[in-house]
Amino acid sequence: MSFASHQIASPPVKNNAALTGVAPAFDVERVRADFPILKLQVHNKPLVYLDNAASSQMPQTVIERWVRYQTTQHANINRAVHHLSEVATSEFEEARRKLQHFINAREEREVIFTSGTTDAINLVMHGYGRKFIGAGDEIVLTTLEHHANIVPWQMLAEEKGAKIRVVPINDAGELLINEYEKLFNERTKFVGVMHVSNALGTINPVKQMIAFAHARGVPVLVDGAQAVPHMKINVQDLDCDFYAFSGHKMCGPTGIGILYGKAALLEKMQPFKGGGDMIATVTFAKTTYNTIPHKFEAGTPPIAAAISLGAAADYLSGIGMEHIAAHEHALLDYATEQINRLPGVRIIGNAKHKAAVLSFVIEGIHPHDIGTLLNQDGIAVRTGHHCAQPVMQRYQVAATSRASFAFYNTFAEVDALIAGIRNVQKLFS
Amino acid sequence: MAIYTSLYQEVILEHNKKPRNYGAVTNASHHADGHNPLCGDHISVTLEMNAENISAIAFAGESCAICKASASMMTVAVKGKSRADAETMIQEFRDMVTGKLEVAAAQHIGRLSVFAGIQELPMRVKCAVLPWHTLHAAFAAQATISTEADADPMHAPLGNA
Repeated sequence: MSFASHQIASPPVKNNAALTGVAPAFDVERVRADFPILKLQVHNKPLVYLDNAASSQMPQTVIERWVRYQTTQHANINRAVHHLSEVATSEFEEARRKLQHFINAREEREVIFTSGTTDAINLVMHGYGRKFIGAGDEIVLTTLEHHANIVPWQMLAEEKGAKIRVVPINDAGELLINEYEKLFNERTKFVGVMHVSNALGTINPVKQMIAFAHARGVPVLVDGAQAVPHMKINVQDLDCDFYAFSGHKMCGPTGIGILYGKAALLEKMQPFKGGGDMIATVTFAKTTYNTIPHKFEAGTPPIAAAISLGAAADYLSGIGMEHIAAHEHALLDYATEQINRLPGVRIIGNAKHKAAVLSFVIEGIHPHDIGTLLNQDGIAVRTGHHCAQPVMQRYQVAATSRASFAFYNTFAEVDALIAGIRNVQKLFS
Repeated sequence: MAIYTSLYQEVILEHNKKPRNYGAVTNASHHADGHNPLCGDHISVTLEMNAENISAIAFAGESCAICKASASMMTVAVKGKSRADAETMIQEFRDMVTGKLEVAAAQHIGRLSVFAGIQELPMRVKCAVLPWHTLHAAFAAQATISTEADADPMHAPLGNA
């Protein structure tokens, strides 16, 4: 079946220029043309890529930025006085400024390059947690957290004799904020919360949660891996102490991510990794550390990836995060409505505020069978526990199938997903 | 058309829907539990050995269609066979689904050759093999096996982050 025939079944797209006579603010077909991989065929079907929460695809401009760096600008940074080293250093720092503006950080030194969200959270655990959290102290996390924002804190709790407290959720997949507030006491020393749930799509009221914690002198780390690609992030407005996210979920490369931290906190923290670049002076008697952000960037960083991530931030800003959020929201609403019409299919996570994630289970059919069969139709979804086993336990399911949307997905692709699910059900009937 | 598009064929779907020897053998002489922590699947295999022969075998558990059909067809295939014959079938099935053995060369597993296509889906090979490893563990009187245990011959790091 061609995509054209799918489009007939699709609802009218609101910004249809032909009907309104007004230039569209967001043209999904024009955007799709930026992504070479979206032209792929999988099993002789057009690729329908709905696994964006795991990793997004890369537009040509970002690919080209990587190639241009590697072709004309590469050398190690912060070292030599020669031309290429100066160019690479300057482009690397320019990328840092791009990311600073992308999340509206106050200062560029508050933006630390890490290898990704997991690395960023581990940096905070080692740099802040091991220094400031001790025996009997409490760390507040939520049921929704990805393993990346659970396991490092469990390691710390075990090492220090600290305790983890967990914010419960309701059946819709929303945090129970009154329960969150009740968890606080004089031993509460840290809060870790994800901005958007990777398993359910729930958008958490992090600004409100941060304000509550701050009123009690408790710092907050926000895992923004699933939020940054879908909405405009303003770390100063949120007033979060730490904000972690990954490059490869926002059209950038793998192996690069960001930890934003308030300068005053970063200054107080101990380094995470020791090595070159993070030092001021080294003798065998004593080593003094470099200033932030370099204190946290030991060793040669993935320079090409960092610069490409800067290009990805430019690309997303060029489209406009508000357009991205609006298109994805329309896709999510449409997909939710279509899936709810299918008998035997149940959406897991029905929060009032959701980002572009749709987790579902089909009665009597295992998610891995669903994933394999959808793949035969060229449709890529994620099946499994989504590195959020506590969420799965809460809903008493071992696994779900998850369709996660990006701004380059179309209503026709939602139709393809629905048709694919019908085929799976037919096969198993 | 990829080989595996024919993986979900009638015989597999049918065994998934109406699994044979489902449940547990009362007075089992051997049993083992098998887990796949990557997807949460688990099955148990119980059997009664009469000298060196499998006089009764059953399985139970929660799993995908591939795993369940593989378990169901396995119980049918090994029932009444000697332990040595069953071990040969375990080896042959494993070699076939990992692509080490041509389907044509699989002499002992009969209809189970319908699983040959799964070699194209490395993420799903474990689903098909789990019942066989559990049977092997039951013979060896290991109570529990996991697809992620170091000793598991199928162990391979699969990203599931």
